[in-house]
Amino acid sequence: MTDWKDMAVALDHVSKTFGEKQVLRDVTFSVAPRETICVLGRSGTGKSVTLKLIIALLKPEAGHIWIDGEDITQLEGQKLSRVRRKMGFLFQNAALFDFLTLYDNLALPLRRLTHKSEQDIDEIIDRVLNEVGLSGDKKKLPLELSGGMKKRAGLARALVLEPEILLIDEPSSGLDGITASEIDELLLQQKEHTTMIIVSHDVHGARRVGDRFVVLDHGRLAALGTPEELEHHENETVRRLVRGV
Amino acid sequence: MSERKVTGLTKALEAIGNAALFSLRVIKDAFRAPFELSYLWLELTDQGWRSLPLIVSCGLALGFVMTLHTRTELIKFGAGAWIPEIQCLSFFVEIGPLVAALLVAGRVGAGMGASLAEMRATEQIDAIEALSIDSFKLLVVPRVVACLLALPLLTTFMDMCGVFSGFLSEHFLSHLSLQLYVARAFRGVEWSNFIPPTVKTAVFGFIIGTVSCFFGYTTNEGAEGVRRAATNSVVMSSLLVIVADVVLVKIIFIMFPGTAL
Repeated sequence: MTDWKDMAVALDHVSKTFGEKQVLRDVTFSVAPRETICVLGRSGTGKSVTLKLIIALLKPEAGHIWIDGEDITQLEGQKLSRVRRKMGFLFQNAALFDFLTLYDNLALPLRRLTHKSEQDIDEIIDRVLNEVGLSGDKKKLPLELSGGMKKRAGLARALVLEPEILLIDEPSSGLDGITASEIDELLLQQKEHTTMIIVSHDVHGARRVGDRFVVLDHGRLAALGTPEELEHHENETVRRLVRGV
Repeated sequence: MSERKVTGLTKALEAIGNAALFSLRVIKDAFRAPFELSYLWLELTDQGWRSLPLIVSCGLALGFVMTLHTRTELIKFGAGAWIPEIQCLSFFVEIGPLVAALLVAGRVGAGMGASLAEMRATEQIDAIEALSIDSFKLLVVPRVVACLLALPLLTTFMDMCGVFSGFLSEHFLSHLSLQLYVARAFRGVEWSNFIPPTVKTAVFGFIIGTVSCFFGYTTNEGAEGVRRAATNSVVMSSLLVIVADVVLVKIIFIMFPGTAL
């Protein structure tokens, strides 16, 4: 039996339904600290829902989700906020707050959740924006940023509180190959000190960044293992997804 | 068929219950720190300052038209001297508060409903929650409080514009001086004709803010949800403002019997 308490993230027989459609069925897997898991699967198989369940934006109908040994399915209010602060989330469309500048997008969590001075906040934002290559754009509104810049800005916002766990939804969707590769580089820089769960359609990027793959098919866990192991999996869908054909 | 009716009724009752809980949460969270003063200021600027041109132009136009309509009949009965007072009372007591509220419901209500629904559709609200920030406190409470504070001020502007354009109209038609117009206009007006109707617009502001934020914040239907939230915000908040007006006028009559004509 898996000891969930040693794991950074663990899903234990999780099911999720929207109306009459069951999106996830009895999904179980765990992610070790500082491990990078890539979640693969065809469209509509519940990959993004899995991420939203992990950060408790959605609640499962059945099963338990453990973050650092704590079952978050029963948590609410301040207790849930405390667990969420361990996580950063890069949304598929970055989800930058369009009424705030890039600087204020990053400053919002720092001002609200820490007691740092404005000078410290300034330094942190400069450092994080420099890391993602957006140091000259902090006064811009999200509307003025390109798709790749928005992704990098979203990643910067996810990193600004130095989370232990990073949840990333489609880091390369809608981006050209070079920009997608730049995003992968940024993720590789986080790999050493962060647990990451990445939902992706880009197998080549996933192979660069991921330690193990989770493959979902029709809401079920179809396979779990290293890319090399899954290349010869008995399930054809798994083989095709992992080989990228 | 009857099962469908029951389902529809259940859904309607559920929506009313959710809206009631939503408004109670607004009241509770408005008195809980942090108070989001910077966002409140942004909203006051947007809802108050940027609504001012609409309120001023409508107040001027309405005041002008009202004088033109009433003066013919009043002069027929030899009551031309009453024109300023009737203009002033009708604006202070009913036209100013109600028209300002309906204009704000149209401009601000639609904007609030659509912007929150768009934030929901583009996962910005999820992003705020994912950052461990209370999205309700950050997005809904400042909007409702700003609407509640802005509407009495906008109503005062509308009243003043209505009375002023009434004067302009009278001045050009009968060469009435400003001093005489003001003396006649405020001859029978008491504070109780101005303060309770203006304060009641704070309730209108609460209704417009809460209803619009409810439709925007709770939608989850993408672009269609944005359209629906904007439409429902205007229709429902306008309807509720008119219903609340009937109730509040009765309450004002009970509390200030002298204002009942």
